[in-house]
Amino acid sequence: MRHVFKTNMSVHPIAAGLFTIALLLNTHRSTAQDSPIALIGAEIIPIAGPVIPKGTLVTHRGEIIAVGPDGSTRIPNDAQQIDGGGKVVMPGLICTHSHLGGGWAGDSSTPIQPDVRILDSINVRDAGLQKAQAGGLTTLNVMPGSGHLLSGQTIYIKLNDGKTIEDLAIRDDNGKILGGMKMANGTNSQRDPPFPGTRAKSAALVREQLIKAQAYREKLKKAEDDPDKTPDRDLAMEGLVEVLEGRRVVHFHTHRHDDIITILRLKKEFGFRVVLHHVSEGWKVVDEIAEANVPCSIILVDSPGGKIEAMNLLFHTGSVLEKAGVLTAFHTDDGITDSRLFFRMAALGVRAGMSREKALEALTIAGAKMLDLDQRIGSLEAGKDADFIVLSGDPFSVYTKVLETYVDGNKVFDRSDPKDRLYAVGGYGASHDQSNYLCCHEDEENH
Amino acid sequence: MTLLLRLFLVASVLFLGSADAGLAQLAVRGETVYTMAGPPIKDGVVLIRGGKIDRVGRASEILGQTERFRVLTAKVVTPGLIDAHTVVGFTGYLNQKQDQDQLERSEPIQPELRAIDGYNPQERLIEWVRGFGITTIHTGHAPGELISGQTMIAKTTGRTTEDAVIVPTAMIAATLGDGATKRDKKSPGTRSKAVAMLRAQLIKAREYLKKQETTTEAEDHEDPKKGKPDRNLRLEALGHVLKGEWPLMVTVHRAHNIATTLRIAKEFKIKLVLDGAAEAYLVLDKIKAAGVPVIVHPTMMRSGHGQTENASMETAAKLHAAGIPIAMQSGYESYVPKTRIVLFETAVAAANGLPFEDALAACTINAATLLGISDRVGTLELGKDADIALYDGDPFEYTTHCIGVVINGEIVSNEPR
Repeated sequence: MRHVFKTNMSVHPIAAGLFTIALLLNTHRSTAQDSPIALIGAEIIPIAGPVIPKGTLVTHRGEIIAVGPDGSTRIPNDAQQIDGGGKVVMPGLICTHSHLGGGWAGDSSTPIQPDVRILDSINVRDAGLQKAQAGGLTTLNVMPGSGHLLSGQTIYIKLNDGKTIEDLAIRDDNGKILGGMKMANGTNSQRDPPFPGTRAKSAALVREQLIKAQAYREKLKKAEDDPDKTPDRDLAMEGLVEVLEGRRVVHFHTHRHDDIITILRLKKEFGFRVVLHHVSEGWKVVDEIAEANVPCSIILVDSPGGKIEAMNLLFHTGSVLEKAGVLTAFHTDDGITDSRLFFRMAALGVRAGMSREKALEALTIAGAKMLDLDQRIGSLEAGKDADFIVLSGDPFSVYTKVLETYVDGNKVFDRSDPKDRLYAVGGYGASHDQSNYLCCHEDEENH
Repeated sequence: MTLLLRLFLVASVLFLGSADAGLAQLAVRGETVYTMAGPPIKDGVVLIRGGKIDRVGRASEILGQTERFRVLTAKVVTPGLIDAHTVVGFTGYLNQKQDQDQLERSEPIQPELRAIDGYNPQERLIEWVRGFGITTIHTGHAPGELISGQTMIAKTTGRTTEDAVIVPTAMIAATLGDGATKRDKKSPGTRSKAVAMLRAQLIKAREYLKKQETTTEAEDHEDPKKGKPDRNLRLEALGHVLKGEWPLMVTVHRAHNIATTLRIAKEFKIKLVLDGAAEAYLVLDKIKAAGVPVIVHPTMMRSGHGQTENASMETAAKLHAAGIPIAMQSGYESYVPKTRIVLFETAVAAANGLPFEDALAACTINAATLLGISDRVGTLELGKDADIALYDGDPFEYTTHCIGVVINGEIVSNEPR
């Protein structure tokens, strides 16, 4: 597997680069974090370790410099000091599956479209992104829909108030924009031809393309640097080669137990890296999921059903996966659930037996691991990006409010600012530029 | 699942006192009992006899005085919750064509469609919402047509509709604004056309009523055309609305469409209930002046695009602060999740400015009053139906469980949820 981030983070070129971009394209409220900022006296949930009842978080130039108990954490002399008394600080939330930004990738022409990138269609002025900041989210995996077997390349973004998707995109050391590949099985992708009509056909079509990609990859290997032998560029095949080589993680929409097993079978056959998404009946095949060592990104909604494959969705999926030792994250699937209520989902997981600790990880570091970004985000540790949120109280309480959200050290949401508060609670103008995304559903009544 | 198991065991222990199956009485004891008919009672007890509430008071005053009771205990006890507007029992959880009976698309105006003819009391989502403490639902025809049909009120128990129903026809469900307009040259294609059609139908119904009251049978009349009209169930149903017997519940969201709705109600002197009302906060004074109650949209309703784009989590709080009667609802969902849960929607309202006890009232006594059933449900008081919800903490907290539900004095759920 490719090494995405240098372990030597002292220069932190990526964060510094993003920070510079943020500065250059300065948005309405981002402030340059030239001098360090020390948040003192808050309860800190670092995720990387036990809760610090009264702690200090120091950030500088978009990076976390220090985290620790008050008194024993060094605060630079030139640091601006902020009182965090009575508040709770934790890492910014990571949503591993979002449809915000109104982007569509694959069209209706064919069921498998690995060449199509959602990055080319996201509207960063979609109010949904501001609402996500209000919910404490700082990183999203923005996905194409699930109406295809393979609907395109996903993109990992920071909610940094940038002006274009280029500003929001998370990149590797070489500047390459990071993302996964969205796939789906079950009923969403079953349609009229050329789409599959059955589950077996769905798997057959996927297998056919992956075998083609294997052959394409072989040709590339054999050709080495000989231009005469190199096959013509095929963007779809290039996307799938990245999948085969584990350089692009497959984010696989799946609900029913047998569909989950089909994915594990395909994974075994082709060796791609995969995150199972939704996993409504994961509780029925939890041992197999654990055995395959495959992470799950799950969603909880208020009731089962709404479509046949979600008929057995339960609140306690997270609890079952936790007990089996499966790496588990939550996702909003926004617009299926509202990013402003992301904490609620984890709290409902706790209601149904998940531990508080794992439920918090499922909103942060677990998602970071699924996106290969855990060296950089998902916990409060020195050297990591200064993506954090300030809460008014217990993360699992309905009464708790997200007060502030920081991305790369910049405050991108402040509930005391009326403009930001509008996004947090809704009201007139709160949904400007926002598109409703309900994949695979003709929503005639709620238009 | 350890937690679930543990809670189940706790609940089981609570029922140990019930080993005597012949015991006719049930007592529900709570560290805090919200009767919604007075201040909350610390260490309170609700005593049940014959499916009705027999006594309510402090445990020290009630327990140990008379015969043995089967006692259920909980941290918090409330009246069974009332969902002031849902479609469970009509919109099946599988969401297939065959289990969706909430909306008849053949005509835009069909007030004669009776809810009791479409209700499935054994639909899985009814049991699902009941597990969270919901004991009474106002359900029926959904928004989506100009007049989609009748609504009804039921308890969340019963094998048959006859077992479950409290009020066979509660309201007539209507939709104004963008929610009921059609494409493809069908009417109503515009909001104005929808109002024109509604007005025409109401005038027709008024004429029908007048003729029925003032004329003799057609066959006895010298001019049969002027005689008593043949029965017309559609106009009869609207006649109930015109006579003020059945409220017209209008689902409407934009402020200007709310204003139009108030105009029509005034013109025909209709008893109006506003439903949804996402932009109600823009016209609070108008709603207040009209004396109209509001069944507030689900707090967590999708608000991204279209006529609900300006929805606010503070709508309930703002209406309440303006002195407008409100109740909470789970609403109508056409996809995933197939139903919301009024407890959760109210919780988010409570977290966004609606004071705790007012929030609780919005899904108990105030909902009962709005629905016209406060003589039976909504409070824990002598003579009311013994509909009770038990919680192991603040009912609105995400991590609290509903640990028991009692309807008509029967324990219908004791699985922690």
